[in-house]
Amino acid sequence: MAQTLEKHTLDIQKIRAQFPVLHQEVNGKPLIYFDNAATNQKPKRVIDALVKYYEHDNANIHRGAHALAARATEAFENTRVSVQKFINANEPEEIIFTKGTSESINLVASSWGRKFLNPGDEVLISTLEHHSNIVPWQMICEERGAELKVMPINEAGEIIIEALDELITEKTKMVAFNHASNSLGTINPVKYIIDKAHAVGAKVLVDGAQASSHLTVDVQALNADFYAFSAHKMYGPTGLGVLYGKRDILEKTPPYQGGGEMIKEVSFDKTTYNDIPYKFEAGTPDIANVIAFNEAILFINELGKENIAAYENELLAYATDKIAQIEGVRLIGTAKEKVSVLSFEVEGIHHFDLGMWLDAKGVAVRTGHHCTQPLMDHYCIEGTVRASFSVYNTVEEIDAFIEALKSTISKFKK
Amino acid sequence: MSETINDIQNEIIEEFSMLDSDMEMTIEYVMELGQQLPEMAEALKNEDNIVKGCQSKVWLNAETKDGKMYLEADSNTAITKGLVSILVRILNGHTPQEILNADLYFVDKIGLNRFIGTQRSNGLGAMMKQIKIYGLAYSAKAE
Repeated sequence: MAQTLEKHTLDIQKIRAQFPVLHQEVNGKPLIYFDNAATNQKPKRVIDALVKYYEHDNANIHRGAHALAARATEAFENTRVSVQKFINANEPEEIIFTKGTSESINLVASSWGRKFLNPGDEVLISTLEHHSNIVPWQMICEERGAELKVMPINEAGEIIIEALDELITEKTKMVAFNHASNSLGTINPVKYIIDKAHAVGAKVLVDGAQASSHLTVDVQALNADFYAFSAHKMYGPTGLGVLYGKRDILEKTPPYQGGGEMIKEVSFDKTTYNDIPYKFEAGTPDIANVIAFNEAILFINELGKENIAAYENELLAYATDKIAQIEGVRLIGTAKEKVSVLSFEVEGIHHFDLGMWLDAKGVAVRTGHHCTQPLMDHYCIEGTVRASFSVYNTVEEIDAFIEALKSTISKFKK
Repeated sequence: MSETINDIQNEIIEEFSMLDSDMEMTIEYVMELGQQLPEMAEALKNEDNIVKGCQSKVWLNAETKDGKMYLEADSNTAITKGLVSILVRILNGHTPQEILNADLYFVDKIGLNRFIGTQRSNGLGAMMKQIKIYGLAYSAKAE
């Protein structure tokens, strides 16, 4: 789980050249894109795959009796196999395509939750969660008469492990938490929590949205029951997500939505459902994006996740060191294990003002509560400025960002 | 004293035109304008007067005297305070009906339309809407 700290071996300029969007000016300044935790940019090969699909292969999949349908189906299912290997799932049928991490979590909360949660049961989440991993559980808990419990965190933004003995009990039926925090970057002790949950017979859903492009994910080694993530945070297209689930659990879980593809036979008296994964993929899926997503996975695989993680760690360490030297800066989230997310506030300056000034200087960051309001409440703040790094970012960009930040702060010190 | 809403908008457009569409200079000037906004009484910074934005808080109060509407405003962010100060400068001291009928074309002309977008639906747009609601309430009262 610990990130490798070896020196990276990547040719960053060669990588940057593959991302058309990076080569532009914003407000008359070269774009520095540090909003990667919201969505990262797409290499040309992903964009080309989308164009190629629509220009050459566009057809609805699985049942067409013609060449285009066969090509589209093959490419679509190839991505499923790539995803399976990417997270080391046991079989491709355990990979369900969704609209994104949010829909993946909603699917589990809604379908699994409605069948398996009963009055008096408990669902355990953590203080670090994105609203997407809070609200669906609140909704289903309310509907089923179950109770939502929350794992506390310490000042650094790490889950307080010692609190789990009291929180994970016979009543706990689901433990849902993120692999890495989108607001703070904290990497959670996933395996430890999963084992603890399994010891009382609870199921576990891991929100992998922030982890999937930074950390090696092995769902079998983790023994996760569900693992959810989004394509667009890992160099892939928007509007596409993945839900991994163990076969036996998916088979016992009722369908999420009704429609085409998810059925075996339909009559007006009774419908029988298709096998997994199709049982959960009602309607025509996002064929083009699924096909293009394969190129994003290949891009990551070719660079090597260990290399990407090592390089991003270098960027994070460098930026953390530089920013800590600026007077008035308070880092929010100082966990020992972090993905490349740097959240901070500056004394006496609202994060919105900071964000607008940085944008005027060409630096794209995110400001606000990052869809984690309970976490902001924990720190008694309204929001932070968040800079997050991807493999195409450079040390020179961090230097420019630090200069832009210093010059912005000086405007408020007049 | 009897400058029309459009006279003031044209003055502001003229002032901003000297900034040459430079984003940094534009923000700097907006912040300067905010600093000139008369202080709002703390008691008026209450829940009723809040125009809640996605990231920043804005308070807007309107009162009428001799048939004219007077505005007070503040914000917890420097840029937003500047933005609301421009609205106050344009609309302060006009009749509720004039305010209701005002076409606030200055936003597009001085490159501030991006502020409506960056604060989602709650930026300048929400402030303009709030002032028009005050205008509507007071013009209805006057009838």
